[in-house]
Amino acid sequence: MRALSFSTALNGLLVAGAALALGGCASSVNLEDSNKVPVEDRNASRAAGAAAAGGAQSGVSTVNLSSRPAASDNLVRVVYFDFDSFVVRDDARPVIDAHAKRLGSNAGLKMTVEGHTDERGGREYNLALGQKRAEAVVKSLTLLGARGAQIEPVSFGMERPAVQGSDEAAYAKNRRAELKDR
Amino acid sequence: MSDFSNIITRRRFLAATQAGAGSVGLAGLFGLSAGPLAAWAQFRVEIEGVGATQLPIAVARFRGEDGAPQPVGAIVMADLERSGFFRRIEAPQVVEETGLPPMNEWRGRGADALVGGSISRLADGRFDVRYRLWDVVKAADLGGSSEAVLAADLRLMAHRIADNVYERLTGEKGIFSTRICYVSKQGRSYQLRIADADGEGAQVALNSNEPIISPAWAPGGKEIAYVSFESQKAVVWIQHVATGTRRMVANFRGSNSAPAWSLDGNRLVMTLSQEGGSQLFSLNRDGSGLKRLTQSSSIDTEPVYAPDGRMLYFVSDRGGSPQVYRMSAEGGPAERVTFNSAQSLSPAISPDGRLLAYISRQGGAYRLVVQPLDNAGPAVAITDSTDDQSPSFAPNGKLIVYNTRAAGRDLLMTTTLDGKIKARLASSGADIREPAWGPYGR
Repeated sequence: MRALSFSTALNGLLVAGAALALGGCASSVNLEDSNKVPVEDRNASRAAGAAAAGGAQSGVSTVNLSSRPAASDNLVRVVYFDFDSFVVRDDARPVIDAHAKRLGSNAGLKMTVEGHTDERGGREYNLALGQKRAEAVVKSLTLLGARGAQIEPVSFGMERPAVQGSDEAAYAKNRRAELKDR
Repeated sequence: MSDFSNIITRRRFLAATQAGAGSVGLAGLFGLSAGPLAAWAQFRVEIEGVGATQLPIAVARFRGEDGAPQPVGAIVMADLERSGFFRRIEAPQVVEETGLPPMNEWRGRGADALVGGSISRLADGRFDVRYRLWDVVKAADLGGSSEAVLAADLRLMAHRIADNVYERLTGEKGIFSTRICYVSKQGRSYQLRIADADGEGAQVALNSNEPIISPAWAPGGKEIAYVSFESQKAVVWIQHVATGTRRMVANFRGSNSAPAWSLDGNRLVMTLSQEGGSQLFSLNRDGSGLKRLTQSSSIDTEPVYAPDGRMLYFVSDRGGSPQVYRMSAEGGPAERVTFNSAQSLSPAISPDGRLLAYISRQGGAYRLVVQPLDNAGPAVAITDSTDDQSPSFAPNGKLIVYNTRAAGRDLLMTTTLDGKIKARLASSGADIREPAWGPYGR
């Protein structure tokens, strides 16, 4: 859905547009975004590279391939949380930094931060806990220069696990916030 | 006192006498019959446990039942069994509503009450359903009825007969002809379904590729409020059941969830995060008249009105862990209600306002517990499962429907308030959860 499809590229009428978008490592087929994508993604690539270098030892801030199609811009879009916690962990800082920079340098960019929980407990309480995680991430982003109006915190609670499974490994992957461009 | 308690008292006396004489006894009653017919086996309730006082009742196959679209007698028997107040006595033959069955024979089988009837197809395609209830011990006719219904209403007719029998024998109103709604999930397909109280005959109210949670019946049973993620966030909708007409009632910034209807159906209380955090608000059913009810930096959610409409019970983690609190329905200071669990979630109040059912986390297990609200006793776990959710009281307050997990599947159970009689509802290949028991009437 996010990655530009080859069938689109093969469509002769759209080749020019596709080439434009591909030139900037585009990940979106949203026509609204296609103009600004090249600029953003260059910034993002740099930031993500820095993040990978800076936080390499933890290995936590990885793109979760099973939950969403990975954006092709190498931007990490997931941060993880401890059980029953909404505290943004230190290992999430590089990810937050990278997105805060994107948002700060592009006032037109809008994002949704989705909070998620593991499968234990009640659906509504988990929805509220996921919301708290999303709001914690949004707060971190705004402290680093993003404007509140650019980011909407929402929650899926336990409804959309990144990975199936009822063990701590699965739970740890599911307690997360996902940062998505709108 | 009701007829039921008279009969029960009598039964206890008989059982004691029989046990003393070394004769029939309870085990003998259970093992009496030969193999049941296929239609009966199909509707046999998956019952766990034995109640303390159960009236032994035989519901015979109705004459004409084999050729009818619905096994009416079997549905009646299954309803009564699920209530926990009745114990099945096998009925080997058809018993018609006309005439007086040989009471000695039924007494010999251990039945205290007997139901018989008939189904006949009318010229206009409808079905004439008749039944009669007898007190076997007194050899007395306790009444019956005759009604012509469409084939599509035969299940409803069976549930109404079960209600009548239940009311006649227990003095309490029956809930078998009410409805429940629940959410099913199969792959990425979510459905809000509305079914008979036994979980059967489900109809789809909403189909979606995104999650649906927290359905709540409006007081009249004509509408359901629920949370749908169809727009990639939690939004509260109201849907008219019969017409399918639906509209958004709360789509504020952030998440909108946990709707609860006021007693008159004109307002809803719900959890909104538009001002940051998850807080309780009330608003009119058209989305106007927004009023904030809680002012905390913690999570406040899962509001539910007490039956008198004056108090709201809800879950808050203001004390460090999620627990049930109550406050005036207009907001104001809140008082903690649950104390003995690491977490207390998803409160439900019995229709008489005396009992609080909720999900208690103890030692890593999430279990359905019931707690008297007048401090008359402790909270008691009424299941031994580990992953219970979403309790909802039947409108007569005698059963609770809830969601649990077994073998990785979400399924629905009903339980009596003492936890002694449990029945699984609506077994299917899908995950089914988020049950909400509808009010009386349809």
